[in-house]
Amino acid sequence: MTGPRHIKFYQTGTFTVGNRLLDVAVQSVQSSLDRNNSLTSGHRACQGCGEALGARYALDSAMRATQGQMVVANATGCLEVFSTPYPESSWRVAWLHSLFGNAPAVATGIAAALKVKGRSNVRVIAQGGDGATVDIGFGCLSGMFERNDDVLYICYDNEAYMNTGVQRSSATPAAARTATTPTVGDEPGNVFGQGKSVPLIAMAHFIPYVATASVAELRDLEYKVERAMTFRGARYIHVHVPCPLGWGSDTGDTIKVARLAVESGLFPLFEAEQGEVVGRRTIRRRVPVEEYLKLQGRFAHLFAKNADPRRIALIQAIADRNIARFNLLEGADA
Amino acid sequence: MLKQCEGSQAIAEVVAMCRPEVICAYPITPQTHIVETLSSIVKAGRLKPCEFINVESEFGALSVAIGASAMGARAYTATASQGILFMAEAVYNAAGLGLPMVMTVGNRSIGAPINIWNDHTDSMSMRDAGWIQLYAHDNQEAADLHIQAFRLGEALSLPVMVCVDGFILTHAYDRIDVPTQEQVDTYLSPYEPQQVLDPDNPVTIGAMVGPEAFTEVRYLAHHKQLQALELIPALAAEFKATFGRDSGGLLHTYRTDDADTIVCALGSVNGTIRDVVDDMRGQGVRIGSVSLCTYRPFPSEALRTAMGHARRVITIEKSLSVGIGGNVSHNLRMALPDPATRVHTVIAGLGGRPITRASLKRVFAQAIAGTLQPLTFLDLNTQVIERQLERERAVRRSGPAAEAILRDIGINGAAQPEGNPT
Ligand SMILES: Cc1ncc(C[n+]2csc(CCOP(=O)(O)OP(=O)(O)O)c2C)c(N)n1
Ligand code: SF4
Ligand SMILES: [Mg+2]
Repeated sequence: MTGPRHIKFYQTGTFTVGNRLLDVAVQSVQSSLDRNNSLTSGHRACQGCGEALGARYALDSAMRATQGQMVVANATGCLEVFSTPYPESSWRVAWLHSLFGNAPAVATGIAAALKVKGRSNVRVIAQGGDGATVDIGFGCLSGMFERNDDVLYICYDNEAYMNTGVQRSSATPAAARTATTPTVGDEPGNVFGQGKSVPLIAMAHFIPYVATASVAELRDLEYKVERAMTFRGARYIHVHVPCPLGWGSDTGDTIKVARLAVESGLFPLFEAEQGEVVGRRTIRRRVPVEEYLKLQGRFAHLFAKNADPRRIALIQAIADRNIARFNLLEGADA
Repeated sequence: MLKQCEGSQAIAEVVAMCRPEVICAYPITPQTHIVETLSSIVKAGRLKPCEFINVESEFGALSVAIGASAMGARAYTATASQGILFMAEAVYNAAGLGLPMVMTVGNRSIGAPINIWNDHTDSMSMRDAGWIQLYAHDNQEAADLHIQAFRLGEALSLPVMVCVDGFILTHAYDRIDVPTQEQVDTYLSPYEPQQVLDPDNPVTIGAMVGPEAFTEVRYLAHHKQLQALELIPALAAEFKATFGRDSGGLLHTYRTDDADTIVCALGSVNGTIRDVVDDMRGQGVRIGSVSLCTYRPFPSEALRTAMGHARRVITIEKSLSVGIGGNVSHNLRMALPDPATRVHTVIAGLGGRPITRASLKRVFAQAIAGTLQPLTFLDLNTQVIERQLERERAVRRSGPAAEAILRDIGINGAAQPEGNPT
């Protein structure tokens, strides 16, 4: 993978810690004094909200990449609700909210308008939660991909419908407790389905660029947004964003939880161009899934006295499958 | 220039002259010919610059129009029937956001039972969405209304629906006076948005509004529609000055001055109604009619003036407000000054059933004789109804009603399933 990977870090912690040791030219957008603060302070997100963090980094990178010539279409969801309680707005970008399931189509319309007006320098971003993206807006999203409209779509995946009080979406992981997958009965929490990877589905549209990202790797998220903005046509970034409220995790553990998702293999980080994987982030320090699961109240039932140990093994199998499929261990310990 | 062409083609030609910058297309009968024609106009390079987008659904179509309009482009789409229901959420949203755009509705019934033919159930379902709704009387007006619709919607920053009877107008070949591009350009200047997404002057559009201001926002939507009541006649007058013909406006009266019976309807059925009026006038009956061109906003004042003197009013309605009756008659009742005026609702033409002169004449005569019920279903086959009701009384599993009725009247040709009670 190109981008910041050639950088040698002195710490094994976050990239931002190493940031100030870097040459100014390669420092993160967020550390720069002239960052845009696209999603600025004063919004009503919960403490430790991964979605707010992810959106801020993603949009500030996009704003830098486009020299501020950018428009955003936002789906209904936490990000929209916590940022625009009338008459206030936290957005320091031109921003439109229409509906829950139509952000990709609204963005298509914006891109079409820009095209007829000959304003190709202005770029379009659409964004929404996992529910908006992988469920209700899926038809519009696929249409936007298939037509290869000039839109970057960013999904902030907190693995449930958070804004309505933590209900299951098709991005909710197996065994997770939500308000509609309660921890009762013989198989508490969400079912062990076969899963639904929208990044892979996006790749099957052979669009120019698809990437997964995590708030655990903020510099990588910035890089992927910047990279996405070098392409024209439909692009997709799927960002893993812990939600302390919905996941029952400590508000101070957001980055840690996100990192464990990556390091366990449950959330693989990769990039694809024209439908082919071109890069992945290898795991630095592989961890068993228990380390990730046990920090979250939504999985607490897996660790109860009478819990069936095979269920954690099944989750481990999902992680192992990801590690094998994306070759996540290669060179990790080099 | 006079041209013999299909209604849909005339509409498409005139829409193209309005220079829409983004057109979203999704197929549904009977609107499809309009977007098909537009696609060839755009592809042939006759309309530039324009983005013609084949979307994945009607919900996508209107959402693309929303995005385009918010970015300052003139947007157009067309739909009908199931399509308008599929986009319902976006229909309300476009109006709520105050984004101008024009949408043709090729009026068609709504299933189940699925039916492709004309009535007004589709656009009526969106009458409270905040769009301006115009109904075309004939194909000339259908074409002309689109020019006025862009002008009107953009003046008020509101979306406008032009409702055109499916098949009866969309598929009929008529003589149309097609305007020149110069005329259209004189009447309709380029779109200047009231609100726009602008990176150099960023605003938030579509914020969340709670109880503290929601009523005010909704009131302003109503207020805009009231403004439209004044603007619509003014734009129709200006249209006449530019194009030399009467088209659009709030309503058209026909022989109403001394009429004590006045019929009121939307759309193309007014042609048939006028024939019946002429016929009955010939027999000395003081009858007239009002063709309601603007249904939202509802032109109460203009209706009062046009028909306040009538002793009885009959609405011919191509949609049924199930459980109560007519939508138009309800609104009309509110508009009429004298509570003693009798208002009859006649539900007619559902799912494409022909509305014949003979049937209309019969109900008008009944109204005058004082024998017409407040709510009547024109040409209802009561025998069919009785048989079905009897079936339902007789057996619990009486089966799907529509299919049983088709068997009764013997037009579906389907073999009768064994053991199925009839
Ligand atoms: C058509 C429609 N259905 C349902 C809702 C209710 N709703 C609003 S936000 C939301 C959940 C959003 O979930 P997601 O997209 O995952 O975003 P999150 O809040 O988790 O960030 C739901 C169900 C709606 N606004 N519109
Ligand atoms: S519920 Fe979750 S996603 Fe929503 S604001 Fe709170 S932490 Fe963020
Ligand atoms: Mg979510």
